Amino acid sequence: MRGLDLAVAEGTVCGLLGPNGAGKTTAVRLLTTLLRPDGGSARVAGYDLVREPARIRRRIGVTGQDSSVDGDLTGRQNLSLFARLHRLRDPGGRGAELLERFGLTEAADRPVSTYSGGMRRRLDLAASLVRRPEILFLDEPTTGLDPASRNQIWDAVRELTAQGTTVLLTTQYLEEADQLADDIALVDRGRVAHTGAPRELKALIGSEAEVVVAHADALPGAAAVLDRLTGSAPAFDHDRAAVRAVTRDTTLTLPRLVRELDAAGVPLLDASLRPPTLNDVFLRLTAGPLDDKEHAA
Amino acid sequence: MSTLAYDGTALLGRQLRRIRNNPGLLILTQTTPITMLLFFGYVFGSAVAMPGTEYRAFLVPGLLAATASGGIMTGMFQAAQDTHRGVTDRLRTLPVSRAAVPLGQAAADLVVTAAGLIPFLLVALAVGWRFEGTALDALAALTLLLLFRLACTWVGILLGLASRNEEAAGQLGSVTFVLPLLSSAYIPTENLTGWLRALAEWNPISALTTALRDLSGTAPVPTDAAWPVTHPVAGTLVWSAVLVALTAPLAIRRYTRG
Repeated sequence: MRGLDLAVAEGTVCGLLGPNGAGKTTAVRLLTTLLRPDGGSARVAGYDLVREPARIRRRIGVTGQDSSVDGDLTGRQNLSLFARLHRLRDPGGRGAELLERFGLTEAADRPVSTYSGGMRRRLDLAASLVRRPEILFLDEPTTGLDPASRNQIWDAVRELTAQGTTVLLTTQYLEEADQLADDIALVDRGRVAHTGAPRELKALIGSEAEVVVAHADALPGAAAVLDRLTGSAPAFDHDRAAVRAVTRDTTLTLPRLVRELDAAGVPLLDASLRPPTLNDVFLRLTAGPLDDKEHAA
Repeated sequence: MSTLAYDGTALLGRQLRRIRNNPGLLILTQTTPITMLLFFGYVFGSAVAMPGTEYRAFLVPGLLAATASGGIMTGMFQAAQDTHRGVTDRLRTLPVSRAAVPLGQAAADLVVTAAGLIPFLLVALAVGWRFEGTALDALAALTLLLLFRLACTWVGILLGLASRNEEAAGQLGSVTFVLPLLSSAYIPTENLTGWLRALAEWNPISALTTALRDLSGTAPVPTDAAWPVTHPVAGTLVWSAVLVALTAPLAIRRYTRG
């Protein structure tokens, strides 16, 4: 950590996005009192991280990258243990409620070691919700899950935020951040590189216009049009007889692009105007790609 | 302190439920001393100078002490498992008293150890061992045994929390199997060469073994030996106290800091 400044509004989902080794997991471990900070300060749910960790622990829920439920206990035994440690009046009742909520009632009395990955993760999330947390930390909650399990987790997160829970989510999946996060903080080398709503971050990058022409001789003509419309320097791909340019002009539409190119006599084969994905944002604004598997954090 | 008791009890319950769900490890740890008693007693017993019955009776207190030292292995194994499977992290994000988790583990281990004495002692009686002390001697023997087990469990918990991964803990755990071999648990130490004899007599397992042999009336306390063996009750108490004082605070600290 080299100075990660982060403020998350109540009842929203903040997505922490960054390449592996950027410090996302370290940030989560610090904020959930698992690591002691060696400098700086943070308040979680209004309490000081260094001086009042016990108060914070009463108000947070954490689901990490790795399953953190007891494999030798059944689902039901796990949840009632955590409910008891949270001093709930009816630990068994709360456990049953959560098992029902996450579709685990049938497997409730089987040891967790017999659960599938998706079931484990759902139980993990249920374990984080035993006492409705003010802040829920989700560290790559859907890594390695099939789409159905992933949707279930997403639905649960949406439901929680609707009830006022604040969520801090780290993820490798840009789609996940796009779907869930109200705000995204791009983390790079231990600090926040950019923050904003997914829409704002995409606007920062701009859309990419690509034009494919019939023969390479027509490229300069096409480039001149792109240059005029986008105001940015076009990049050539001679092999494909294509030229690309980035535009932040939101009034530029595909029909207009096509009309202008046609009017300039460009032998147009294909044209596209693609809004950026978070992946583009990510690659442009941070140092590394998302998809290498090392977990240095 | 009442939070510690409450959390500790909940976590003690957790450990006992785990054992009930998955009794394989328990059965293994409980049957090992019985197997060793039969194996050593009848195979080695035929090769040692002592008559067979006498050697088997000699072995019983030694195996009890050796089994108690197995607390290092089980303590380490469980703590490493919790740490490397994320359970420790989950518990550390809960509002749980910091000492409750290792304490609950140690308490559960004591319950299991005490229960495991019953089948072992039944087999011991069947092969000719007799307890010839008073009820007070029996109580003293049980107390010393459980105290030493507790001390060993704390050593194990510290090693397990500090372990790099589960495999490393497993490998280190199997090394603890040799500890009783270098003590008076299975053999008389008088005939060992000088330095080896000193090592064996200062081994805490020897102090407990000698105490148990004395209290059960199996063998008298040797007069010519290192201090923990000539004063076996005090020796066991001091060794246990030293081990707990050294490892328990470090284990709790390690648990708190992560």
